[in-house]
Amino acid sequence: MKATDMMSQDTPWREIHTLLIPAYLETWIMVSLVMVAVLSVGGGLGVILFNTSRYGLFPKSSLYHLLSGITNVGRSLPFLVLMAAIIPLTFWLTGTTIGIPAAVIPMIVAGIPFFARLVENALREVPEEVTAVGIVSGGSAWQIITQAQLSEALPAIVAAAVVNVIAMIEYSAIAGTIGAGGIGYLAVVYGYQRFDNHIMIATIVTLVITIQAVQFAGDRLVAALQPKQRRS
Amino acid sequence: MITVEHLSKDYISTRGQRQVILEDISFNVPSGSITAVVGPSGAGKSTLAKCISLLEKPSRGRILVEGTDLTTLFGEALRHQRRLIGSVFQSAALLQRKTVWENIALPLQWLGVVSHQITSQVSQLLESVGLTNKANAYPAQLSGGQQQRVGIARALALNPKVLLADEATSGLDPQSTQSIIELLKRLRDEYRLAIVLITHEMDVVRQAADAVAYIEQGKLVQFGQVAHLLSSPHSSLANQLFPLTPLPSSKPLEVSLRYTDKVTTFDWISRLRKQGIGVDILAAHLENVAGSLVGRMRIAVSPPINFDVEQFVRQLSEWGLHPDHPLSDSVFQEAG
Repeated sequence: MKATDMMSQDTPWREIHTLLIPAYLETWIMVSLVMVAVLSVGGGLGVILFNTSRYGLFPKSSLYHLLSGITNVGRSLPFLVLMAAIIPLTFWLTGTTIGIPAAVIPMIVAGIPFFARLVENALREVPEEVTAVGIVSGGSAWQIITQAQLSEALPAIVAAAVVNVIAMIEYSAIAGTIGAGGIGYLAVVYGYQRFDNHIMIATIVTLVITIQAVQFAGDRLVAALQPKQRRS
Repeated sequence: MITVEHLSKDYISTRGQRQVILEDISFNVPSGSITAVVGPSGAGKSTLAKCISLLEKPSRGRILVEGTDLTTLFGEALRHQRRLIGSVFQSAALLQRKTVWENIALPLQWLGVVSHQITSQVSQLLESVGLTNKANAYPAQLSGGQQQRVGIARALALNPKVLLADEATSGLDPQSTQSIIELLKRLRDEYRLAIVLITHEMDVVRQAADAVAYIEQGKLVQFGQVAHLLSSPHSSLANQLFPLTPLPSSKPLEVSLRYTDKVTTFDWISRLRKQGIGVDILAAHLENVAGSLVGRMRIAVSPPINFDVEQFVRQLSEWGLHPDHPLSDSVFQEAG
């Protein structure tokens, strides 16, 4: 008992917010930056994946399999391994290997293929005739993709984005091990390396509440986007 | 009017084998008429539908609408000419997150039609299919038949000359099927549409079709007016359109008759009775098809003494009843 007390230097509860709130904001900055790239690039890749597959607007088997293979590679590596493996790329792009900029790059690299696959699946869930209807209604590729395919798949895509946000919050915490900042960094440096139980508990509670809130808000949004079922 | 000319479609399988789906299909659907395309499943009906709706390019042959060959077009030109053909899908395939109004307006918006014209055209189409009061409903709030009406209205939005309905009534209850058929017939007359109705339901063919094309294993086996097809002997289509399950009979002579629009003498039973020939009807399936009484009938005959079979069969042929008696073929040829 004594030994533990000696080693642990719990931050007083009253002071926790001075560490927690900046870290929490950092986490959201990272996740927001990453999500902007993931939604645009990953979403675009998902649309291309779907439309080069045999269900899509321009089936092109060879291109589909190439893109699909690349997507799989991106999804094969556990995030910690990926983060270490692409350090040269990260350094080349950001000029550093630590901190928020260094964490954002591997998160984007991991997030894009993840979201692309989710978008492809969401589009595949839309009845096959929707694309055919778009074609026979004289739509351009852009009109069909945006106003028929994506519009019909929107609830599923939003649900996929929610899954992705939660995964990115998780990844940001893993990125804490390379000094990324944010709540994961706080948990690693204070909670783990300094045995600061108060910080550990505070970060856990914060993360649990955050994930619950994101999922709840996401579910509400998805429900609001679902097609109307009954007469109102 | 749409003309399908020597249409063939084949696929090269991954093993390099050529698989023929459609072979040398030719037919013609005039404006203001409905042609049903029927055939067993796997006959190539849906591939034909995809070729006609220009979703797939035929391997050989042409599809002409009002004289324009649509199979040579691609890209923007194809997109532009697509409006000649409206397509109705089996599941109606409405966009679930858009209202009825938005679904019908979509092709017009994509074409860039000005909004006040979209408004007036969509309301006219809604009135045409009888759904004016459902304009702001979502597809999931409609019955299957109502959804299909929206699908038809959407297909008509760009003012096509041809309407392709691919199994448009499959999966609907009989009452909805009936009302969709009535709607198609009305639209045929109102807009002078050439309607291609791809279906496996013989009820639909009897009630809706002016002409029928029968496809089997990718080939056009029979094509013609429903009433005329009945008069060609050994027509498998006649049997499918007007199936019969006759009662057993002990009479020595049984004859099958085919009623077509060529029947001239409707009081033939009483005329035969006057000659002393009794007729029992064992089974009959007669319907009003495009304004004529057509169908099939199986009768048993009680012959009098001195009965002349040849004379009897010839007389039935003269009345336009097309007897299917072993003797009738030769007699019929002589008569014809």
